[in-house]
Amino acid sequence: MVNGRPMVEISGLGVRFGRREVLRSISFSVERNEVLGIIGPAQSGKSTLLKVINRTIEDVPGAVVTGSVKVDGEEVSDIRDVSTLRRKVGMVAPLPVGLPLSIFDNVAFAPRMAGVRDRRDLEERVERCLRLAALWEEVKDRLDSLGTRLSGGQQQRLTIARALSHDPEVLCLDEFSIAIDPVTTMRIEDVLRELRSTITIILVTNLVQQARRLADRTAFFFNGDLVELDQTEAIFSETPKDVRTLQYVRGIFG
Amino acid sequence: MTKIVKRPGWEILAETAVEHLIRLCGVSSILFVFGIFFFVFREGSHFLFHGFRPGEFFFSQEWYPTSQSHVRYGVLALIAGTASVTVLAMALAVPFGIGAAVFVSEFCGTRAKETLKVVIELLAAIPSVVWGFIGLTVMNPLIIRWFHTPIGLNVLNGGVILALMSVPIIVSIGEDALKAVPDSYREAAIALGVTRWQLIYRVLLPAAKNGLLAAVLLGVGRAVGETMAVLMATGHAVKIPTSLMDSVRTLTATIAAELGEAPVHSDHYQVLFIIGILLFSITFAVNLTADLIVRGVRGK
Amino acid sequence: MFQANSHTRNKQRAEQAARAALFLMTLLMVVPLLLIVGYLFYEAWPILSFDFLITNPRNGMRAGGIWAPLLGTVYMVVISLLIATPIGVLAAVFLNEYARATWFTRVINLAVVNLAGVPSIVHALFGLGAFVLFAHLGKSIIAASLTLAIMTLPVIIASTREALASVPMPFREACWNVGATRWQTIRHVVLPNSISGILTGVILQVSRAAGETAPIMFTGAVFFKAIREGDIFAYHPFDQAMALSMHLFTISTQVPDVPKALPYGTAVVLVGTVLAVNAIAIAVRVRLRSRRKW
Repeated sequence: MVNGRPMVEISGLGVRFGRREVLRSISFSVERNEVLGIIGPAQSGKSTLLKVINRTIEDVPGAVVTGSVKVDGEEVSDIRDVSTLRRKVGMVAPLPVGLPLSIFDNVAFAPRMAGVRDRRDLEERVERCLRLAALWEEVKDRLDSLGTRLSGGQQQRLTIARALSHDPEVLCLDEFSIAIDPVTTMRIEDVLRELRSTITIILVTNLVQQARRLADRTAFFFNGDLVELDQTEAIFSETPKDVRTLQYVRGIFG
Repeated sequence: MTKIVKRPGWEILAETAVEHLIRLCGVSSILFVFGIFFFVFREGSHFLFHGFRPGEFFFSQEWYPTSQSHVRYGVLALIAGTASVTVLAMALAVPFGIGAAVFVSEFCGTRAKETLKVVIELLAAIPSVVWGFIGLTVMNPLIIRWFHTPIGLNVLNGGVILALMSVPIIVSIGEDALKAVPDSYREAAIALGVTRWQLIYRVLLPAAKNGLLAAVLLGVGRAVGETMAVLMATGHAVKIPTSLMDSVRTLTATIAAELGEAPVHSDHYQVLFIIGILLFSITFAVNLTADLIVRGVRGK
Repeated sequence: MFQANSHTRNKQRAEQAARAALFLMTLLMVVPLLLIVGYLFYEAWPILSFDFLITNPRNGMRAGGIWAPLLGTVYMVVISLLIATPIGVLAAVFLNEYARATWFTRVINLAVVNLAGVPSIVHALFGLGAFVLFAHLGKSIIAASLTLAIMTLPVIIASTREALASVPMPFREACWNVGATRWQTIRHVVLPNSISGILTGVILQVSRAAGETAPIMFTGAVFFKAIREGDIFAYHPFDQAMALSMHLFTISTQVPDVPKALPYGTAVVLVGTVLAVNAIAIAVRVRLRSRRKW
């Protein structure tokens, strides 16, 4: 909204596996620094959409992608070094993952792989990202212990810290709360509120109310189609543009 | 705090080089399999196309490669030697091997299972020359004493030794096959009130039959390809055996025994390589079939 | 409430009989192992000593020790594993981490499986044709080691693949999500956590390479060779060498009037080495498994 050009522009995107279409001719944009919520029942293509944006769809066997996806004006399929794309677009997966490294090395992993070697630099980054992810106080005295020994909620926050460690401009979250307790979910939602003005957030969620709480605009996906995209209040009002939106939001089907 | 910059160029170059090396190594195994066939074929190829008589080779039992007057290259007796020892070995190893696989898989607690698996691994690790040595020094006198034969190096000796060598592979792959049967089969059967034995006999063995068949085939492949043990334990008679007490010579032992004496590139030398091609083909077919069966595609 | 009637009693009896029968079958495998090892030790006892290991065979191999064959085996095993391990590990990395499920990959898989089933005498023929003759290496330690390397390669590939596959996929995905390349992920997360499986596979091939006779019989192992006792650099890679497995074959079949303890002693050293190496591999596997990081 501020800088004119949208952060993410998707035009005519289609994804299929053999004959099965997972996404059909999707077109929309995500504005800089907005929070876009994406809701919809299972098998709507929401996760696939995120995988296309950071090109991890390439590791899914049999996926055929058509159409245009641009991040910050650049067509993602034209980017030669996909790692630079993935540093620009952070990703939080549904199931919490702690890498089998120390907590410090977990968060320092991405910067190290990108070429940052200076120890002080890494220490600053690790602390900053762990603080942003609301995990610092709990782990600051045991940064050497294994990331895999943390609880599910802690590992998900660790994942967020990892995702922030490479200075992304876009943060994608794929149903991040699905496997963690409600308290941690609330804490992470606070984290997202703190980040919202500095980073573009795409929040795929199965919790409809979560989109209502956090998103500026919300998109409703159903069965591979983008049914409706509008300001969040409009989506959750009595009169959205499509009756299916109303039905889904009211829980008539899930 | 520095902004993230690009990775150093040399690092990216090194990574590309490593990935090329990895691809090369991956493809190398095909090269080696073809290489084996190619080089073995090459050494025997001249005779194969100039003077080799397949009819005599496969159907004559007269193997006289060093005759001064009338050279003959009939390997029928050698094939019979290999077959007889292998059949005896499988007749012993298959029931015992599958029985042991069933025991380890269905009747053993975790501790006992681990211990037995270690024992089986150790049994499999004994070198074939040591087995041949045992055939010579332990089985030989035993057979002479119990069966009152003049020499104890025969089909029985070789067959028993081969059985002991083949059992571990049958047990280990058989056990994998039984483990792969879904627990739901077991749970359903137990819910119907069957005994352990009925569960095994009527549910598990049929369900695992592909894997068990593959285990047996791999055991056969092992037995057919074994060299040193049969060289030392079966004697040196090139003839079709008519009883377990007859000495025989296998295809593998013939190559091992005669290659050192045959002048390089002579006809005899080349025929030995041709026998090698025959062996390679047999074990290739057996292993391929076992692999296809394991993958669920019906083999021939 | 559930009274045992004659029907269920019969079923129980049948089950117990089956259990006993299967137990005996298993025992019939275990007992030979113990008997064999025990008997070998018993007959070899008079001759086993440190001297036996560092003394050369003497008097037409009717006396003395096994220094030359022992050293020869060590050379061949070490060189063959130095060749086979990097190739095998990298090939497994390719198959498990890079290869897509195409027909080409299936062919490679098939090739590995079939390489594993090649009879040892065919390896010998291959080694003779390819390394001794075609590559003009002559009968030498290097030719024998190369032959052994091809023989041990498929098992190293298979056990490395298993070790790599045991690292869960979510770890890789988490690394890719933060911009690590495939190789960076392998190098920093996948390989370090596969070491125990890889190591076990390699150690097991040590015992296999040490025990094989046929592949080295025509490619570099020799009936007799005099070398300096106690000198570990006594062989040169282009020399022929004696080897333990070959030596056992020789003195039990090719040399008459050998004192009984001598071949038994050789067999004991061979079997003892194999069992010790396998025990180390199992210990490595157990110890590193308990130190798993997830």
